[in-house]
Amino acid sequence: MQLAYFPGCSAKGSSLDYELSTQAVMAALGITLKEIADWNCCGSTPAHAVSSLLSSALCARNLDLAARAGADLLATPCPSCLSNLKATSKRLEDASFRQKVNALLDAPCAETLPKTTSVMQAMAELVSLDELAQKAKLSLKGLKLVAYYGCLMSRPAELMQFEDPENPMLMERMLTALGAEMLDFPLKTACCGAAFGIPQRPLTAKNSGRILELAANLGADAIVTCCPLCQMNLDLRQAQAEKAMGRRFALPAPYYTQILGLALGLSPEDLGLAKLVVPMDGLLAKLTPKQAPLASEAPSSEVSE
Amino acid sequence: MMNKTLCLNSALPTKDSNAPNFSQKVAALSQQAIHTCYQCGNCSAGCPAAFAYDLQVNQIMRAVQLNQEDLALSAKSLWLCLGCATCSLRCPNAIDVARVMETLRHLARQQNKITVPVVEKFWLSFLNCLRAFGRSYEIGTMVLYMLRSLRLTTDLDLAPQALAKAKLGLLPHTHAGRAAVGRIFTRFAESEAQSKRDKEASSCN
Repeated sequence: MQLAYFPGCSAKGSSLDYELSTQAVMAALGITLKEIADWNCCGSTPAHAVSSLLSSALCARNLDLAARAGADLLATPCPSCLSNLKATSKRLEDASFRQKVNALLDAPCAETLPKTTSVMQAMAELVSLDELAQKAKLSLKGLKLVAYYGCLMSRPAELMQFEDPENPMLMERMLTALGAEMLDFPLKTACCGAAFGIPQRPLTAKNSGRILELAANLGADAIVTCCPLCQMNLDLRQAQAEKAMGRRFALPAPYYTQILGLALGLSPEDLGLAKLVVPMDGLLAKLTPKQAPLASEAPSSEVSE
Repeated sequence: MMNKTLCLNSALPTKDSNAPNFSQKVAALSQQAIHTCYQCGNCSAGCPAAFAYDLQVNQIMRAVQLNQEDLALSAKSLWLCLGCATCSLRCPNAIDVARVMETLRHLARQQNKITVPVVEKFWLSFLNCLRAFGRSYEIGTMVLYMLRSLRLTTDLDLAPQALAKAKLGLLPHTHAGRAAVGRIFTRFAESEAQSKRDKEASSCN
């Protein structure tokens, strides 16, 4: 199986571990990610904060590259890239806006552009929970986790088309299938403070602090993430959040792909675990070999080797 | 805190009945039915940046309805909005409030009403790097931002971890598309300058 892939800039910098673990997990699940050649930045928040036209021109170039490479579906791990790509596709339905965008490009973008999706949704579409559980080598049994989606995976709801926008459960379903205990997490779609950690630190420190505090109070072993910026705020900036909340958390904030990868038996190196600022040592020690399925649950035709 | 009184008179029709008033302009640009806001306050109740706002989101919506252009466009809140769209999700009238906030940011920028300059400086630093390299360049953005804002110690506390974990690429990634991205920015700047000239010309007539 092959999937056109837009990694986004973070994948090549601050979220290299998301990139490594995404690639490794998809490969283990039999899906090849085909990076579109010569892609550029989606413009992130700064571009659309300045102008919808600029943001859409930057995204349209990427959608056009993917279309010309023959893709009808383009997946990205980054919710912010996805949100910008989707917003662009929507705006391009308006002929006069499309004309303005085309005027900024070297050549008008292809008439039919690929649909866009998150790697997480593509994975769930291509691999059933049963298949995922079958491919697992280690069990997540005994791990208490909270899944944190952040804002952009599910909002704006009409655009993103991701689960129940206030209560998405996709990561919970995947991780439960692998044996983890998923705790109810009311702040799963709360905002972490986005990119304001640089120009307005209290906005990010307080919002991330609130999220980390609840996860810690619930007794989670880790807060599982899916967005490079959220992950950075919860992990690299965790000390700033601790200062804002006046307490220590020491709570790991791995990407969901890192946890899936561990269950699939991939090595910490393949998953870039050394990049996590708050280490996952405690969690790693809890992983156990997967128990053979009970006779009542699985047909007994599989003879052990 | 709101210390300016909303003036009801400004909601009355303008002299030139053909010219759209501020509320209509924002409604058209954001493609949102601004007039359907009935002040339930859900947007403000769920806003994660409310604690830092000078004008709450529902107050901004009211100011727009009442054509209080200066009040709406001078709000610091526009620059502190995290863009999380919780307001949009929870609006009982399905107004994409975050899109209204974004539209107001665009208008405020056009009128040079940048009431929290550090935020704009950060964005422009990011875009400068993007224009030059075609992809984001985190260290470059930080350096430009520190110079622009004169906040030279920004995130210095993170440097040891960020460097030890090699979180940031020291050099920008180059790729063949960088020149094409540069051209997008150049054409964008030209189109902005042109529309500014057009506006000035029409206001003279």
